[in-house]
Amino acid sequence: MGFCLMEGNEAMAWGAVDSGCRFFAGYPITPATTIFNALLKLLPPLGGICLQGEDEIASIGYCLGASMGGLKVMTATSGPGISLYSEHISFAIGSEIPIVIVDVQRLGPSTGSATRGADGDIQFLRWGNSGGLPVIVLAPVDVKDCYSLTVEAFNLAEEFRCPVFIASNKEIAMTRENIDMDAFGIPRIIDRSSPPPGRPFIPFEVPSDSRTPYFLPIGGRTIVRQTSSTHGPDGYITTDSDEIAGIQDRLNTKLLSAVAEFSFHESFPEEDADTLLLAYGITGRAGRDAYNALKKSGKPVSLLILKTLWPVPEELIREKAGPVNRVVVVEMNLGQYVREIERILPDKKIDFLGRMDGKLITPRQIEEVVFDV
Amino acid sequence: MSSLLNTSRPPVFCPGCSHDRITHALDKAFLNLGFQGEDVVIVTDIGCSGLFDTFFNTHAFHGLHGRALTYATGLKMAHPELNVIVTMGDGGLGIGGAHILSACRRNLDLTLLVLNNFNFGMTGGQFSATTPLNALVGSGFLNRMERPIDVCQVASSAGAPYAKRFSSYAKNLVEEMENAIRFEGFSILDIWGICPGRYTKRNRLTPKTIEDTLAKMPSMKNPVPENLRKEYGRHYRELAAHQKPVQRPTTIERQFTPPEAGRKEVIILGSAGQRIITAGEILCLAGLAAGLQTTQKNEYNITVLRGHSITEVILSPEEIGYTGIERPDVVLALSQDGVERRRHIFENLDDQSLIILGKEIDLPPCNAEVHPIDFKALKIKPHDRALASLGILAKLSRIIHPDMLESAIKYKFRSAVLASAQDMVERAKIG
Repeated sequence: MGFCLMEGNEAMAWGAVDSGCRFFAGYPITPATTIFNALLKLLPPLGGICLQGEDEIASIGYCLGASMGGLKVMTATSGPGISLYSEHISFAIGSEIPIVIVDVQRLGPSTGSATRGADGDIQFLRWGNSGGLPVIVLAPVDVKDCYSLTVEAFNLAEEFRCPVFIASNKEIAMTRENIDMDAFGIPRIIDRSSPPPGRPFIPFEVPSDSRTPYFLPIGGRTIVRQTSSTHGPDGYITTDSDEIAGIQDRLNTKLLSAVAEFSFHESFPEEDADTLLLAYGITGRAGRDAYNALKKSGKPVSLLILKTLWPVPEELIREKAGPVNRVVVVEMNLGQYVREIERILPDKKIDFLGRMDGKLITPRQIEEVVFDV
Repeated sequence: MSSLLNTSRPPVFCPGCSHDRITHALDKAFLNLGFQGEDVVIVTDIGCSGLFDTFFNTHAFHGLHGRALTYATGLKMAHPELNVIVTMGDGGLGIGGAHILSACRRNLDLTLLVLNNFNFGMTGGQFSATTPLNALVGSGFLNRMERPIDVCQVASSAGAPYAKRFSSYAKNLVEEMENAIRFEGFSILDIWGICPGRYTKRNRLTPKTIEDTLAKMPSMKNPVPENLRKEYGRHYRELAAHQKPVQRPTTIERQFTPPEAGRKEVIILGSAGQRIITAGEILCLAGLAAGLQTTQKNEYNITVLRGHSITEVILSPEEIGYTGIERPDVVLALSQDGVERRRHIFENLDDQSLIILGKEIDLPPCNAEVHPIDFKALKIKPHDRALASLGILAKLSRIIHPDMLESAIKYKFRSAVLASAQDMVERAKIG
């Protein structure tokens, strides 16, 4: 067995290509640019398309068009670009357009610090859309996750016809690391499902056993309608409030009810632990080191590293936090995801460790917070 | 061949709205071109022009204000054979200005109909990018200070090969549309019309005054001779066909045993342009050749050839968690910038730590073993010093040995660059 050396962004590009992604559009922005660079090399020789948009709004707009044309699409940016994506994110949610959106987070607010890491967009990704309907957000910890969660992201986008975010971080995206590419094998690939033949196609009609409509591409031999307006199953504007309520409810529950199927995580339970350490993203790695050090020093804690952040995998969190009285949430911001933990674990003592200065949270800082009860 | 109009959803424009004429003319153009519904996608945005997709039995894509060209671009690239018709008003033209310019520059085969009625109809007749200075609008006096644009002049100076303005009441409206759709490349039609619901309530505008005003506008040749060129999609596919396929990344197998056991941490402190990141990568590759796991975390500013450049490399037989370095085993101190940025680490160093130091650099007090190198005397230029320092490290058998380094350099470089890298590693000496 040997290793390759690769940064997270490059691993994402390979994950995308191996998932069947054949369209990428983006606008250059540190620290996401190397995803564009890699896909510009990878996609054209495969017959795929890689475009540089005139701005972020255009880049994601191209993707929405190409996705409705039937291609698997991805775009990548950082916080300032996510802000500009917002109106199209809402569109993709409401009109069920599959797309993978990578946010390589950098230190904000605003243009902030282009070359410093952060996990400051975690609530923004969830709520940065009009209407407030749920989205899927996955968070890689290392270069391996950058590959495998990209594959998962495409599968989820296809299965649920929705935008799927990958909340990366400069510290994963642009950090090189050893990776065993052969260990992944051939990924399991999910494609959006076509309707059974022999019936008229109704663009947003939902099969009886699913909450996600069948898909046919614009440009095929069957006429397809897509619209950003509030629409009924036929893809035309509806003003019927019962119909509208039904659709909103479906868009809400199609993800919330399914999150147990994609609650990606790493769990390290310790029998005698009274504290659960909860982290995600790059901070999960410092969490792992702190967990090991504390175990060695005879003061074990349990550790949960979340890789699905939204919808909040509530069942999983309740289960892992069940045996402990205290949860320490560690994240590279001033306290975002901790709000979710406080919300779903009202009976536990919740402590928080955050940092937002462009530097990584160290294992020692975590150990200190855990000890200093 | 029959009409593509959607009989179950007839147009709902205000009585006297020129959009109605355009709807029927577009249908006639489709008919004359022999299009079936599945041959066409109508892409629309917001406003009255945004209703167009519902009036036709064609593929339809209705999206956000001003962004129709972006969806159209994705659709056309995905389906080169599809006839992509975009409608927008003068509102969408203004808010999507960057997309208009970009579509003109790109020359993808899209047909854009700008339904120009000089105001925002739906929201109350506010002024748009084409509203005359003296018009009475829903934005009070604000339009009096903003000069209207001439869509075709803007489009042709941005590179549109086909940019034509005419009246919704033109006798040859259908023919104009057919010609634009037939044109292989980006075509933009500035179609002037009347908004009876808003604009003409307070402003005088008739088919006759439109005709008179158009007659006074600067004439344009179509297609625009200086802008004629290859269609973007065709050109893209031509160039893409010549791109070389990328090989999957190759694996580095374990060939060596590292000179020292356990986890090792190296910080290279340098400046931008000193190839610090490349040296870090080579160190990682050398580690892989000895079966070690590795991370390389970099820190630099957004400026390209100025400021510090720092790389932190960890080599370890175990999986690596935290990627930062608090107490390095080795520091390569190659620029004052880099040293200043990480001044605090030096106090952590003990006599087990090794520093390879550019002779001219001031170091904070520390207990580490320091090897000053006179790079100038060795004729090693600043951009080679990081690599040369790895040569020294290998000669000292600290963390890597010469075989590991040689294998990494051979993996990374080819031909002349390889030879020069090998020379640099060889040339580096202590003292």
